[in-house]
Amino acid sequence: MTQRYEIRLSGSGGQGLILAGIILARAAVLDDHKVTQTQSYGPESRGGYSRADVIISDREIYFPEATNFNCLLALTQEACDKYLFDLRDTGTLIIDTTYVKNLALAADNTYELPFTEIAQNDLGSAITTNVLSLAFLVKVTDIVSDKSLEASIARSVKPAFIDLNLKAMRLGFKLAESYRN
Amino acid sequence: MLKTTASKSTKAKTPKTPTPAGPKPSAQRTKSKLNELQRDLERKTIIMQGNEAVAYGALDAGVNFFAGYPITPSTEVAEILSAELPKRGGTFIQMEDEIASICAIIGASLTGAKSLTATSGPGFSLMQEGIGFAKITETPCVVVDVQRMGPSTGMPTSPAQGDIMQAKWGSHGDSPAIVLYPDSVKESYELTIRAVNLAEKYRTCVILLLDEVLGHMRESVRLPDMATVRVINRIKPTVPPHWYKHYDENQKYLSPLASFGDGYRFHVSGLTHDVHGFPTSKSGEAAEMMERLRKKISYNIRDLVQIESYEMDDAKIAIFAAGITARAAKEAIVMARYEGIKVGLLRPLTIWPFPDDAVRKMLRAVDTVIVPELNQGQLIHEIRRLTKDKSDSDVLTIQRVNGQLITPNDILHKIKEVI
Repeated sequence: MTQRYEIRLSGSGGQGLILAGIILARAAVLDDHKVTQTQSYGPESRGGYSRADVIISDREIYFPEATNFNCLLALTQEACDKYLFDLRDTGTLIIDTTYVKNLALAADNTYELPFTEIAQNDLGSAITTNVLSLAFLVKVTDIVSDKSLEASIARSVKPAFIDLNLKAMRLGFKLAESYRN
Repeated sequence: MLKTTASKSTKAKTPKTPTPAGPKPSAQRTKSKLNELQRDLERKTIIMQGNEAVAYGALDAGVNFFAGYPITPSTEVAEILSAELPKRGGTFIQMEDEIASICAIIGASLTGAKSLTATSGPGFSLMQEGIGFAKITETPCVVVDVQRMGPSTGMPTSPAQGDIMQAKWGSHGDSPAIVLYPDSVKESYELTIRAVNLAEKYRTCVILLLDEVLGHMRESVRLPDMATVRVINRIKPTVPPHWYKHYDENQKYLSPLASFGDGYRFHVSGLTHDVHGFPTSKSGEAAEMMERLRKKISYNIRDLVQIESYEMDDAKIAIFAAGITARAAKEAIVMARYEGIKVGLLRPLTIWPFPDDAVRKMLRAVDTVIVPELNQGQLIHEIRRLTKDKSDSDVLTIQRVNGQLITPNDILHKIKEVI
């Protein structure tokens, strides 16, 4: 990859999107890419809007925010409505159908999965939705290597939660595999 | 339940199993061994936040005292230093407010500590009186202001560049300021070290301005090797105690500084004072003190000023921007140059004292200047002052105060308006 690749992870506060952004950014560093990760969120610690932008490139990254995304992950209806139109035509859209019920526009590469529901049912906790959906995103976009993502998760989450998050990662990979030909 | 609304285009597949790190051909092995050695000498590329870079820059510059009142978006500086300073024999105090914080770092500095505090707009306003006290008593200290939307509590998690003028004029009584303004995580580290160094060298309160986005932003960064980091310590007096003047001066208006407890007697007062620090109302002594405060900055302007020029060689349009806005400008310049438009950027790393000579010289060669900033017009006045040869319609501004950044497209738009 030599071009600037813009990813926006969006949803509401408390869904762990900024942590997901940090994990993705760290994985990109392990893959020897240049990366910036910025965020925007309201003053509350739960609820309200939240988004994390990750820009991965092999050249110097000047402007650190995503304006024309290659990939958009939307975990809430509000986030999906707000950011969908800034996704480029060839971009990848990943939405959580647990909360996103209406899609104003279908991108070429749209993946719809009830991530929160899957996290709750298969992993026993909705708090793993961020890593589950991030792993899915990584697998369908090939933006960082699986190995780097795993190493990054192990470094970014609290030691007590490494196993749970790696389990979520493997499930995310598995879900994405089913889309591969 | 899995479903997809659209078919997926073919994409390159990653190998199912990652390539094992097995033995490599010998030629490559030597090379990678070299790389490995080199990596051990240098620091590795890591992901780091702007505020983190400030905290580690402070530690590497030798800061051993922090007193502060944590505030978004600067909190991480206090958070990291609260963990790291005690490990290294330093002191961290969480104060009751920002007025106490600035007073504590001034007091600590007078005992010989290298001290720093971090805050944001609302706290920066409260610190102004103390900043003036540090300047008149010529006590080294550093205030980091991670700017957020204002006025008042404003929007704590949104960026603005509203404190540019406050950093210079915020404290009453007309005193010169040294204010640094980084635009990347790496530069946040470097300029924090520089801020501490300049505070020690010039015996004053140095201010480091950061943008909210930069404070919170993470970026891949390779920090310079510690062996190449230059750390400046204050000059200590070498004269016998009874000869010591607290505000003595050499040709460059820099004076040695004794610490409390060193055996030197001196008086510290916010009142206009003589060379020993005792209050005076003699006009001659007052003028001498004020002159020293001014001259130690203006006589050393070449040491203080740092400016980056980007793609300016053949530029017909210049953008003047600082901090995070300069990064949007660089992106816009890449886009404009792709279309053959000759545009460049001037970026001050030292925002005060203002780089008058460099800016005047470099802007003389261009037809148009664009000044994008996240406020209602602060830098633009400095640029207008330095471009008297240009008409008002040739010095343009982009201003935004809604909590959003000025984007590369906004700047590109403006560039296209003038050609």
